[in-house]
Amino acid sequence: MSVKKIHKEQPETFKFNDKSMEAANKIVSNYPDGKQQSAVMALLYIAQRQNDNWIPLQAMKYIAKFLDMPYIKVYEVATFYSMYNLSPVGKYFFQVCTTTPCMLRGAYDLVKVCKNKISEKENVLSDDGKISWMEVECLGACVNAPMMQVNEDYYEDLNDKKLKEIIETIYQNKTPKPGSYSGRINAEPVNNRKTLLGNKNA
Amino acid sequence: MLKDEDRIFQNLYNDSGADIESAKLRNDWNGTKEILEKGREWIINEVKSSELRGRGGAGFPTGLKWSFAPKEVGSRPHYLVINADESEPGTCKDRDILRFEPHKLIEGCLIASFAVNAHKCYIYIRGEYFNEGQKLQTAIDEAYKNNLIGKNALNSGWDLDIYIHYGAGAYICGEETALLESLEGKKGQPRLKPPFPALIGLYGCPTIINNVETVAAVPTILRRGAKWFSSLGRPKNTGTKIYCISGNVNNPCNVEEEMGIPLKELIETHAGGVVGGWDNLKAVIPGGSSMPMLPKEICDNMKMDFDACVENKTGLGTAGIVVINNDQDIIKCMARIARFYKHESCGQCTPCREGSGWMWRMLERMAAGEATPDEVDMLFDVTKQIEGHTICAFGEGSSWPVQGLIRHFKDEILERNKFDPLVKKQKNLPYLVDQHLLEKENA
Repeated sequence: MSVKKIHKEQPETFKFNDKSMEAANKIVSNYPDGKQQSAVMALLYIAQRQNDNWIPLQAMKYIAKFLDMPYIKVYEVATFYSMYNLSPVGKYFFQVCTTTPCMLRGAYDLVKVCKNKISEKENVLSDDGKISWMEVECLGACVNAPMMQVNEDYYEDLNDKKLKEIIETIYQNKTPKPGSYSGRINAEPVNNRKTLLGNKNA
Repeated sequence: MLKDEDRIFQNLYNDSGADIESAKLRNDWNGTKEILEKGREWIINEVKSSELRGRGGAGFPTGLKWSFAPKEVGSRPHYLVINADESEPGTCKDRDILRFEPHKLIEGCLIASFAVNAHKCYIYIRGEYFNEGQKLQTAIDEAYKNNLIGKNALNSGWDLDIYIHYGAGAYICGEETALLESLEGKKGQPRLKPPFPALIGLYGCPTIINNVETVAAVPTILRRGAKWFSSLGRPKNTGTKIYCISGNVNNPCNVEEEMGIPLKELIETHAGGVVGGWDNLKAVIPGGSSMPMLPKEICDNMKMDFDACVENKTGLGTAGIVVINNDQDIIKCMARIARFYKHESCGQCTPCREGSGWMWRMLERMAAGEATPDEVDMLFDVTKQIEGHTICAFGEGSSWPVQGLIRHFKDEILERNKFDPLVKKQKNLPYLVDQHLLEKENA
């Protein structure tokens, strides 16, 4: 389940920095005049990115003013969608997919590793404060199962051993390489490709 | 097996790059202006006669959908919306189109928006596909730079702007009216239909909503002709389809194949067979988690297209094939799917909001062997209470797979759940009595 608990310690103010402001104005211009409310989802993202991957209440109030809409409507959107974090998460935010296609290929082994190596409970920071993890629903990379998302990147074709390596890499202050961990290219069948061979060898 | 030259998505595995030069080598943007010059009527008729059906799950004829858009633009502008909110468990085809074949999608957007009189197109991508969205944005920028879209696109006199809108992790936004709500900056709760979006959609304006794969296939169909497309597959189930084969197979993969390919051939040829051999097969979910699973006996001779699936009381859906073998606990698999639906229900209609949780909890108990035999029928009853009693098709999507489990594996559930309830012996302890069971006995 998503991090929908409002954090106890809230910052007193929130303002878009220059970079966020530029991005926000660009997004608003994508929508017809008077329909600026459409940008609320994108603006919540921008706020989340600016504020270490979580959204404080002040940011929602700020966005409500920015888009000239009621604060509660922003709050409603922020609590409805699962990708908005309303409490702090780790710098590396592990989202392990455990829906059936991933489960069939051992997603719960990954959950076990997370419990051992990161924290016993979901959404609790690891000892050094770098990583937090949670179970999520289908991330749409089922042929590369089991997989997880870390911040914006997908890590695919994992198993418990490979996940341990990824976690170790992070603890050593390095960023692990995203993509498939079985050495295959994207969603092609491993060693069994029978289609589009002309393109492959071209 | 389909010949390589008949595959629409030549870059499905990214052998040659997604940039515009590589895309042009694959014939993208070739003769697009000439296609537009043939006019709206011709495009819609050609798509109609190709018998292309929507690839997003419902299989609605695309040409017909386009013809629902008002012929003349009135006081309200028209919109084209592309549904790239791919979240159906078992499905990951649109992701590969977004990142490896973005120009097919953009070209399709131009043709479709011309056909339905729209000057603005929004592509709604699920928030998790951030990197894929960035790749699509790069392709959109390339297209603007080359005057393929934008003002007077391709010097055809047609203006088109394409914008990406990211979702934020709500499965329900794949439902078209929920998607529109989300696009308007609200929470994604489906609207009542009618009015249909083709007349009253985004911002109350006529809106046509298509799946990524559908729109991306259109340019190739128009270039090669409706005859070519309809020569593949069988009538009403024409063309090619990207199948996503996941679960207990040796080589899970995405592959584009002809419609109507036998399920067994698909799994054995492309996915390297079931883990432990075909005889180790337990069940297959043929079209993403919303479609009822099929036991091995049906899978032996099953063909993969819309009508063949319906004949077997399931559906092609998104063609996300999840293979489950005998090493798995089938009830547990279904319980996990039920948990997915419980998590993703938007909460608008009571039968779905409450029922999805009921189904999940009952299935979890059944997986653990803690349910009573009576409860299997009760579970079936719950699915019937949800089905058809909700605003959107999520109700069917969550209850059909449970019905599929009961239809094909009821014996297995009963075998495991012989738990004799206290109810029968201790009727006067109200907190031990399941009210539903009592009602039945008193009836």
